[in-house]
Amino acid sequence: MFLQLVVSGLSFGSLYALIALAMVIIYKTSEVPNFGQGEMAMISTFVAFTLLVTHGYSFAVSFIGAFIFAAALGVFLEFVFLRRAKDPNILSLILITLGFQMVLYGLASWKWGADQKDFPFPVSDFDVINIGSAVISYLNIATLLITLFLMFMLFLFFRYTKVGIAMKATQQNAMAARINGIRTNRIMSITWALSSMIGAVAGMLLAPIATLDPNLMLEPLLKGFAAAVLGGMTTLVGAALGGYILGVIENLFGGYISLEFKSIVAFLIIVLVLCFKPSGLFAKHYVRKV
Amino acid sequence: MDMKRDYYEDIQLLNSKILWFWFIMLIASLATLPFLLPNYHIYMVNYMAINVIVTVGLNILVGYTGQISLGHAGFFAIGAYGTVLLMTNLHFPFLLALVCSALIAAFFGFILGLPALRLEGPYLAIATLGFGMAITQVIGRWQVFGGRMGLEAPDLSLGPFVIDTDRQLYFVIVTIAFLLILAARNMMKTRVGRAFIAIRDSDIAAETMGVNLTLYKTLAFAVSAFYAGVAGGLMAFLLGFINPSSFNFILSIYFLAFVIVGGLGSIFGSIMGAVVMTWLLLTLDKVQELPYLGAVLVSFSERWMNLAGLPNIASIIFGLIIILLVVFEPLGLYGFWIRTKIYWKTWPF
Repeated sequence: MFLQLVVSGLSFGSLYALIALAMVIIYKTSEVPNFGQGEMAMISTFVAFTLLVTHGYSFAVSFIGAFIFAAALGVFLEFVFLRRAKDPNILSLILITLGFQMVLYGLASWKWGADQKDFPFPVSDFDVINIGSAVISYLNIATLLITLFLMFMLFLFFRYTKVGIAMKATQQNAMAARINGIRTNRIMSITWALSSMIGAVAGMLLAPIATLDPNLMLEPLLKGFAAAVLGGMTTLVGAALGGYILGVIENLFGGYISLEFKSIVAFLIIVLVLCFKPSGLFAKHYVRKV
Repeated sequence: MDMKRDYYEDIQLLNSKILWFWFIMLIASLATLPFLLPNYHIYMVNYMAINVIVTVGLNILVGYTGQISLGHAGFFAIGAYGTVLLMTNLHFPFLLALVCSALIAAFFGFILGLPALRLEGPYLAIATLGFGMAITQVIGRWQVFGGRMGLEAPDLSLGPFVIDTDRQLYFVIVTIAFLLILAARNMMKTRVGRAFIAIRDSDIAAETMGVNLTLYKTLAFAVSAFYAGVAGGLMAFLLGFINPSSFNFILSIYFLAFVIVGGLGSIFGSIMGAVVMTWLLLTLDKVQELPYLGAVLVSFSERWMNLAGLPNIASIIFGLIIILLVVFEPLGLYGFWIRTKIYWKTWPF
């Protein structure tokens, strides 16, 4: 029972970790929590669905198409809307991302309707293998592996590529980065594209478990935020760990205490963490200068 | 002309005879309005008045105190469910139930205000977002609240009067809205209102000047939640039926959109924002019935989109309005109004 809950918690947690990663990447560069993240992922998943089911392309083509779409969407939103805000403060940036959220939600419900669809996936959710007393489906294993692989790639990206290092520089000090010849505006766009693609992976891994409709990402968005807050909004590693911890805690709560109120755990964690350690478990405390 | 010579002139409700005249005209026209309008429009005006209450309350929090809330649908739901449950289970009279459930909402607002003491900007937005979603979840799962099926509003009577049409409900809703707007307007002129504004401009500076941050931040949340609670209680009777899905996250964003469109930190702006946006919302709900535009949209949806999803166009338009206003006119309709007024005051210069 316990092992089972932990294993499936890790599998869900890896999805939360992906969403949290996507948010933290944007938060570190633009200093705005992206409330449109969930809807960006949802609409990319719908694009994959359309290519796959309506037009009948193969999995590889559809997924690559969806990634290209996701990247283009991220760049588009950053370039067309976020960059236009004059003298932005936090409230107006948050409002702009909420605006994205509503536009994308409306577009998706207009185009694909509210009825629930089954998202086909090359890995089955029903074939299982046994690990000790726990049962784990191939899809869960795939989710775990894909997430870990993606995190490893991100690590390599931020450590060894020029773009990744420029991104880190922009996050630390945009002005200094610009003085050193980094095109911070372009880095911003790339950040949004990267984040949107990570979100799309999460959406496509989530869709086969849940059913695909415009509300797909509403709750996972909150879970992603909870994971990011838990681990710390300013560290990538922390956010990823936060996702796994949240997934396990949530599943244990659902298994031992109350299945009905499982989805409130995320909110409780947000409030508790923010009350006792607002910077998150794995981030340094940050104090605002007067 | 606008010079104030002492404090009592500043806090006066209306400072000239002309304003008194218009004030009385306003009351008179509000009182005669329901006898002139057809039924559907009265429903619409009721809807607007309820949204005005929420928007004024939310503006006290967002516009005047500078705290963000993405969870106002939660307070709205508490007000609605509280009023209905108190009336059906405990047989409270309507007004008492309304005030009690608004106080419950205010209590939740106070609790949500506590973490707000340590949070700012993005973190507060996330916490309030979580609160709104949690409330909807709890209501949807708990049998006391009717679960997913929702609850039906009981019969409404106020003393000897039985209220069962929109026209009768109009007097209840608009009177309450009117009183709450006056209260908000007066509160902003007092010590409390000035403390809110000081916190918005700089909380650290306000604290050094002796404003008690704990008290006033939680108070702002509580007052704002109280307004949302009252509005929720009234909404239960306007709709006649409430279920958890009517209080989702999107509703919270709608409320925020009303505030932004009206203009942050202006009560008059909130009224304009809520009225205009509610009209837009109710019109867009039936977008296919609009002349010309409706037919174009229907054929466009049939060709490219999905006809069943056409009402979701409201969400697209709201989102675009939020983004465009934030980018181009952060003061909202109120800023537009002020500029027009100044233009005509100083015309032709």
